[in-house]
Amino acid sequence: MSHQQGPLILVVDDYEDAREMYAEYLRFCGFRVAEARNGNEALEQAFTLKPNLILMDLSLPGLDGWEATRQLKADERTRHIPVVALTGHALAGASEGAKRAGCDSFVTKPCLPDDLVVEVRRMLEEVKTQDSTLNTQNQ
Amino acid sequence: MATLQQARNLSRAKMAPSTEAARLELLESYIVHHEDLARCAQLSLEWLARHAGIRRSMCVVAEREEGRLIGLASYGLPTDEVALFSWPLSDPRDPLAAVVSASGPTVLRSGRANQDVGRPMPVTPLGAGQIMAIPLRGRGTDDFAVGLLLLRPAAESAADVGWLATVLGQKLEQLRGRGSLGDEVRTLRRERSLLFTIINAVTDPILLTDTEGRLIVANARAEKLFAAGEEESEGRRRAVELNNMLFSAALSRSAVEGPSEARELLLVDPSEGSDLLFEVLSSTVESPREGTGIVSVLRNITDLRRATEQIEENYQRLRILEAAARAERDRLNLIIDSVADPIIVTDPVGATVLMNAPAEELFTVPAAALEAAERSVQANDAHFSSFISGLLLGEEGPGATRRGEIGLVNPETSETIPVEAIAGKVASDTGELTAVVTILHDRREALERARLYEQVKLASDELQVRVQAATAELATQNELLRRQAIELEQASRLKSQFLANMSHEFRTPLNAILGYTHMLLQGVSGELSAPVRRQLQRIDSNGRHLLTIINEILDITRIEAGKMPIQLSEFNVNEIVPEVMAELDAVIARSKLIITPKLAADAPPMRSDRQKVKQIVLNLLTNALKFTHQGGIEITIRYEPEARAVSIAVTDTGIGIAQEHHERIFEDFRQVDDSPSRQYGGTGLGLAISRRLASALGGRITIRSSLGRGSTFTLTIPMEPLQ
Repeated sequence: MSHQQGPLILVVDDYEDAREMYAEYLRFCGFRVAEARNGNEALEQAFTLKPNLILMDLSLPGLDGWEATRQLKADERTRHIPVVALTGHALAGASEGAKRAGCDSFVTKPCLPDDLVVEVRRMLEEVKTQDSTLNTQNQ
Repeated sequence: MATLQQARNLSRAKMAPSTEAARLELLESYIVHHEDLARCAQLSLEWLARHAGIRRSMCVVAEREEGRLIGLASYGLPTDEVALFSWPLSDPRDPLAAVVSASGPTVLRSGRANQDVGRPMPVTPLGAGQIMAIPLRGRGTDDFAVGLLLLRPAAESAADVGWLATVLGQKLEQLRGRGSLGDEVRTLRRERSLLFTIINAVTDPILLTDTEGRLIVANARAEKLFAAGEEESEGRRRAVELNNMLFSAALSRSAVEGPSEARELLLVDPSEGSDLLFEVLSSTVESPREGTGIVSVLRNITDLRRATEQIEENYQRLRILEAAARAERDRLNLIIDSVADPIIVTDPVGATVLMNAPAEELFTVPAAALEAAERSVQANDAHFSSFISGLLLGEEGPGATRRGEIGLVNPETSETIPVEAIAGKVASDTGELTAVVTILHDRREALERARLYEQVKLASDELQVRVQAATAELATQNELLRRQAIELEQASRLKSQFLANMSHEFRTPLNAILGYTHMLLQGVSGELSAPVRRQLQRIDSNGRHLLTIINEILDITRIEAGKMPIQLSEFNVNEIVPEVMAELDAVIARSKLIITPKLAADAPPMRSDRQKVKQIVLNLLTNALKFTHQGGIEITIRYEPEARAVSIAVTDTGIGIAQEHHERIFEDFRQVDDSPSRQYGGTGLGLAISRRLASALGGRITIRSSLGRGSTFTLTIPMEPLQ
């Protein structure tokens, strides 16, 4: 029941171990999870499934995370979906690049599954608050 | 006696007693000298000077037979002029002649000597101006006076003068009655006059002085030097005064040193002002009547002296010239001798006149001559003569030179000397050839120099080639270095890139390791047994350590790659400490150490990179915790207003660090014990990173520690970023 009801998280990572680890833990924590291995798959899934949040690894083969995020944020259908960037590049400037691409939040790998779930919940909460604010304004 | 009585009667009439005594005295002197007419007249004039204040006076006698007035006595006037005074009575219009027949005193204008006699003005020794002429009469009724009394100043007409004129007139008449006396006087006067004429004719000044140096008689030449009237010019009078002084001084010297020798006396010509040099010949004369006197004859030797001086001067000049000429000759000889080149002077036929020392060595046979030396000299002579004859036979005029090379031989060493000869003709003023001067120049030195020059040039060329080669080599090396620098830079960049990539590649699997471990510990796969949980915790803690190492390597790489930007913000340094302590909460709890923060309440907000300050303090506290087993740790913040800085000191009671390791611990990957079996974990990068960060913030980290006594690490950073 709760599995069906939980928010849908799209986990995008080309490194299978990491992707499945986060997916498994998210499911364990009560989320629904979809997975994508690269940028193109991520776009496809996003347009099809309309997830509640996207966890986006930035270095991806083919269409990379930055480009994929830019396209998602450029598209009317997916613009509202929060994107949490995941990266192993801790060099200065990496987070700025992600923000410019349209990421809403930024998490540096290694990131323990627990910490990631905390960030995911925080972002979802933030979106819900914005939505209710918007709804209130609309009403 | 009768005369005296008469005089007394005459005088007694109306005179005061003192005047009477004076008059009596004169009359008594008349009696004493009753036979000497001139003496009586002289005494009368002196008396007048004393009692009537008449400074100049003269008494003349009228000689009726000769028809002339003749000088008898004078006072205050040149003696000889009075003695020679003679005035004709033939002209009745003459003022003096008129006085002789006049009844009383007459005031006359007198002329000067040398003036025209024809003019109606008497010329007397009294000088120019007004004089008073008083006729002297006897008792007789004769119209003509027996004589005249001439006085100056003319205005004098006191009673004494009148009285004296009367008594003197009577005395003159009385004595003139004796004809023989008059003749005698005339004879004497003529002789005297003749004597004066002779003396005056002498061109040398002649003077008669008494033993005290007073002038008695002087001839005309002497008077020009030694006498001047009041009417003379100031300059002249002064010159005369000076001359008198000089002459008296000379006389007194001669009195001391003996009179016989001639001595020189320098006087002044009163009319010219020029110096006159005299030779003075003085001799003492004894006269029974006049006493001892000194006759001085002055001979003018000015010209003589001048001529002597001229001769002396010329002689001196001649001697100087002679000395100069001698010095010049000596100098020339010296110069010629000191010239290293042989110099030979020959006469027009080629015979040697003069040689300097170097020439002598070539052209004279040495004392201990060997046969070879003699032959050498002969050969040299022959060579030289043929060279000279070439010039002598040539048509060239004076001043012509000839150059040529001669091979000579040194007679002593039999060495051949190549010589350059330069010969020049010397002509006299008339253009006649007087000598030929030849200078021989040893060419060996020049040849040697040329050879040396060639060598030096070769060496220099070689050197230049080498320098060029070296320069080229240097350029190549530089280029190589430049390329190496570029390569090094590239390598460094590649290294940084590599490390960045590596850290990424490390993180990805590590992420999975830590993640799955975490998940298992979270119970994702069900409950765990205690040993499995403990084992998973080992995996977890080692994984985390590995992560720390990777992160620190990444930090160093970033700092070295310059990719660690400083992000300035304003904050209070005191906030840092609780934050750091919170982050290390788990470690602190495990350590069981007491951590004491001592904050600086007075510290104002500072401007720096908050994150990096915090990272440094975190590092320092981590180290303190790691190396301290008991005791406690103090974190002390101090605000230092003078230095505009804050310091954060972390003091522990840990193992401490020996002095020799104080620098080493700041090096990359260093610990005091970095052996494989070391006791303490960690990368050894913490302090290296902290020091780099501190210096990037304009601050520094210092250490105070010794082994076993704990350590204090102090971070000092400026309140404001440095420019």
